[in-house]
Amino acid sequence: MSPTLEKALTAPHKLEYTYKRSLGPVLSPFFTALRDRRILGVKRRDGRVMVPPKEYDPDTSESLDELVEVSDEGVVTSWSWVATPRRQQPLDRPFAYALVKLDGADTAFLHVVDAGDEGNMETGMRVKARWADETTGMITDFVFVPA
Amino acid sequence: MRDVAVVGFTQSPSMRSEPDRNEVEILIPVIDALRKQTGLTSADMDFICSGSSDYLAGSSFAFVSGLDAVGAWPPVCESHVEMDGAWALYEAWVKIQMGYADTALVYGFGKPSMGDLPITMALQLDPYSVMPLWPDTLSIAGLQARHCLEKGILTFEQMAAAAARDRGHAKGNPNAQVKGDFTVEGILAEPFLANPLRKSDCAPISDGASAIVLAAGDRARELSKRPAWIRGIEHICEPMDLGVRDLGRSRSTEMAAAKAGVGKGKIDVAELSAPFTHQEILVERALGLGPDTKVNPSGGALAGNPLMAVGLSRIGECATRIWSGEADRAVAHATSGPCLQQNLVCVLEGE
Amino acid sequence: MSDANEAANEPIAVIRTPISLDYHYSAGQSASRFLRAIAQGKLLGQKCPVDGRVYFPSRGACPQHGVTFGDEVVELSDKGTVVTFSIVRVPSENIPLELPYITINVLLDGADTILIHVLDAKLEDVRMGMRVQAVWKPKEEWTTSTANILYFRPIDEPDASYDSYKEHI
Repeated sequence: MSPTLEKALTAPHKLEYTYKRSLGPVLSPFFTALRDRRILGVKRRDGRVMVPPKEYDPDTSESLDELVEVSDEGVVTSWSWVATPRRQQPLDRPFAYALVKLDGADTAFLHVVDAGDEGNMETGMRVKARWADETTGMITDFVFVPA
Repeated sequence: MRDVAVVGFTQSPSMRSEPDRNEVEILIPVIDALRKQTGLTSADMDFICSGSSDYLAGSSFAFVSGLDAVGAWPPVCESHVEMDGAWALYEAWVKIQMGYADTALVYGFGKPSMGDLPITMALQLDPYSVMPLWPDTLSIAGLQARHCLEKGILTFEQMAAAAARDRGHAKGNPNAQVKGDFTVEGILAEPFLANPLRKSDCAPISDGASAIVLAAGDRARELSKRPAWIRGIEHICEPMDLGVRDLGRSRSTEMAAAKAGVGKGKIDVAELSAPFTHQEILVERALGLGPDTKVNPSGGALAGNPLMAVGLSRIGECATRIWSGEADRAVAHATSGPCLQQNLVCVLEGE
Repeated sequence: MSDANEAANEPIAVIRTPISLDYHYSAGQSASRFLRAIAQGKLLGQKCPVDGRVYFPSRGACPQHGVTFGDEVVELSDKGTVVTFSIVRVPSENIPLELPYITINVLLDGADTILIHVLDAKLEDVRMGMRVQAVWKPKEEWTTSTANILYFRPIDEPDASYDSYKEHI
């Protein structure tokens, strides 16, 4: 390697993949319900409800299939603030990512809170889903807003 | 179990950006230096294993070109993990334990400066319900940090103290990227970069590479006056979904530490690759480190964070301190995934 | 964007999760030197210090021996020998050529590694050992790109002997 480096040629490069994903027996009802503006969780054997639902219990690996509807309102259990959103992110203005424990659920759900200002965010605050005018069955069909 | 030791280690400086060299050109001098250090060539290596990420390089099968730095003729016995090189080292260690190899070359390399690293890392999240929201690394780590702060698990002062300690140690490390005399007060006066994280709470983004040679038994004794013997190594993974995990402790590190036997004796030196200050504190606790352990004498990941090499370098930094006699027993840590999802713990000892 | 399922109230079985990432790609030292040379109409290779084989395009290290190439470069002719070929009858959206066309593995004079390119010739004429030369874009259109070479064409030289290229098939 020569001690001095010549300036390398550079070029912008955009990497894009059009991934399609099969959903299976638990996530298919979950995303179908989102299209209907409803949120489903899955009940573990001990009765606790996980949202989003998983096909398998993360502790015991048991198959899970008992889907239950939970509220689209809940409580923020933690949050972080995005002052300058990137182009991929769901909102083009400052917002929070938050862990939200929905009423009827036992686990927190990682999602977005459109709170306007950082000062409006607080752990323990109540939030509710604001659904898109047209829902298509995607996790981006809603964002949370302060309730 | 076979006795396996780290007998060679080289690394590049951690740099915010290496604009004029590609990934392989960053790696080549590291491998060259390792050959000089050990006197071994690729032909002397029974097994070669690397860690890198095609998403960092922005092209599929980018890792294949890494072999240019090694030389693959006559054909070599080779493997790759799409993870930090510490996991490549684990694979090589298993290969040696199985009796299929006595020597192994392990390397890790990454050039995250080519892309937008915090957003690229969203691709390691659940691809159905989380990745489409594109949470960046700072946001994900921030959720964990706030949980720890508000539950009284740790404080802003402790986080700042971790950064100040590491970057003070890094003053003695020519390969470190962020170093100097930081104070807790000074760090706490920084504005939030992504509330609740300040800039000093975050590891830098670094381009870089590192490489290690492993050898078994007498071969290790031939190659090193004081081999750094791997006395325990384990990696444990937690679920991907943050909502089902206990974010206030690193259970997988605790389990890996127990299996690797960290608590069986005094630990002189620990090298941790936690990329955020609160995570470093959680890992330190999970390893059960006390005041008689020097943590991150190199500065750790908070001083230089060449992704895909940073964990492997922690093992190398421990090994060099065993070789020199500065430490008799050391523990290295590597992590992968969001919020310390998967953790590797490696205990090294001198004789 | 689960448009496949949207039409009816059918259960959603598949979702689309496209990704799009921005990079600023760096060619690095060796490829930059190669690309700057090709913008001048020069084809650069590099010699392995171990066995003297000439690699084209130039790269940072010998992929066989893993040794760093020095600063020495070898300028190669744009003439070469077809060491093997294939006639393509299936379309690809990245190749704007009329079917059928000929792809060749060409060994440039002075090189020890082959270059894959296309040959403008009658299908019945192409053969191993055929001598060919690069056809370049007009000079004023040259950039730091291998696309400066449009294709290869046959030249009026006797075929190369099999022995001269048998190591490179």
